Amino acid sequence: MRVRQMDASDSRESAREVVVPGDLLAITGKKAGPGTYSEGGKIYAAQMGIKQVRPDSISVVPLSGQYIPIRGDLVIGKIVDIGASNWLVDINSPYPAPLHVNEVPWRVEFGETRKFMQIGDIVLLKIVGVDEVKRIGVSMQDHGLRKLTGGMVIEVSPSKVPRVIGKNGSMIQMLKNLTGCRIYVGQNGRIWIDGDLDNIIKAVQAIKMVEEEAHSLGLTEKVKRFLEEGSRMEA
Amino acid sequence: MGGTPTDLKMIDENGLRLDGRRPDEMRPLKIEAGVLKRADGSAYVEWGLNKVMAAVYGPRECHPRHLQNPERALVQCHYNMASFSVDDRKRPGPDRRSHEISKIISEALTHVVFTEYFPRTSIDVYIEVLQANAGTRCAGLTAASVALADAGVPMRDLVASCAAGKVADTIVLDLAKEEDNFGSADMPMGYVPNTGEIVLLQMDGDLTQEEFEKALKMDIEACKKVHDIQRDALRRRYSQKTDAPEYASGPEVKGVA
Repeated sequence: MRVRQMDASDSRESAREVVVPGDLLAITGKKAGPGTYSEGGKIYAAQMGIKQVRPDSISVVPLSGQYIPIRGDLVIGKIVDIGASNWLVDINSPYPAPLHVNEVPWRVEFGETRKFMQIGDIVLLKIVGVDEVKRIGVSMQDHGLRKLTGGMVIEVSPSKVPRVIGKNGSMIQMLKNLTGCRIYVGQNGRIWIDGDLDNIIKAVQAIKMVEEEAHSLGLTEKVKRFLEEGSRMEA
Repeated sequence: MGGTPTDLKMIDENGLRLDGRRPDEMRPLKIEAGVLKRADGSAYVEWGLNKVMAAVYGPRECHPRHLQNPERALVQCHYNMASFSVDDRKRPGPDRRSHEISKIISEALTHVVFTEYFPRTSIDVYIEVLQANAGTRCAGLTAASVALADAGVPMRDLVASCAAGKVADTIVLDLAKEEDNFGSADMPMGYVPNTGEIVLLQMDGDLTQEEFEKALKMDIEACKKVHDIQRDALRRRYSQKTDAPEYASGPEVKGVA
């Protein structure tokens, strides 16, 4: 699974300063990163979030917010409408994503879209294009992209997705190993989980825990303890 | 407005107002961020006897489609007074006054939100006045900007708002109901402390230029205090889980089919 550049890691940063829009972050010298804006040479916070200082830039990791698609993102969508040559996919963002028949791995005749996917189907897609007016292009033609059958989908706040994945995928890898579930995390905050019912429940609880305590320290360890405790009780 | 005659003595011998405040004193203000689970962002404000709830949804797909702007997001505010918010039952539904307030608050918020980041979308702000005691548009705007920040909407600064006015020939801050009803002027204002911009300014009644300037100055100082309280409310939301009030909602895992 592709991991977008990680923000605040578990251990590295101890002081996590919450900033609100309009807070002055730096007088000068650094580049204004995501979640900030600069005016008159000064850098201010544009969003509520955790202040993050890097040697060359300063940014704010948001605590909440909608999912805004970025090219290359892996997302989990739900079919909400069907046209003669496309499916309309809800990707949990302000913008609808039409999935054209040319972007699916099957050969679909004009008007035969319904034979392949129905309204309500869950699909794993990649964002292949976002233009200046935020028209979204999605594709199902890449390794691992497909219609998802079985399992269940849960939703977390899109701003918490990097925490669910963890640094270099550490959190999600641990979740997969300890629950034995198959898990896909979409950048849009939807997570698909498949496996034994008990394990699914455990994975959902763990993910819920990650979301609730997203910005506490030593989270990976905490979740690990939680999962191991569960399995010991069963044995 | 315009000074309905009354027997009430607006300012007593000691220079104190009906509720015991000094002329430049604000009513107590309490703000709570993130009080609603289903909204993307929310805030609850108690300002004297005013009780106002604000909820933000979005940025989300803009409907009806013809309102979409291909270059920026639309900030749509809906101000509404509950029928039980005033002494005589308020006839429910939109009226001239609520349309006006919705419009000016939308415009005030549009000035601080980075609308160009979300083309074709709409950011919906709902302001519900649960209990009114003069100054609800200021309370509404104050709550709305906290709710916007809570929703993670990128913005230049929080808009702070407060009113000033003239009662018994004295310039006073933050008029209460009796003062508003029987006073001679009321001037609500929306202010962006970082840039010093005024994004909302109305005046009901008359002030001379000197009075206006005095009221404006008083208002700006008050808005800075309001701004501090707003920032504090937002920080509190994410500081310690333990001292969070019971009704504050935590993040939630929603199940979808």
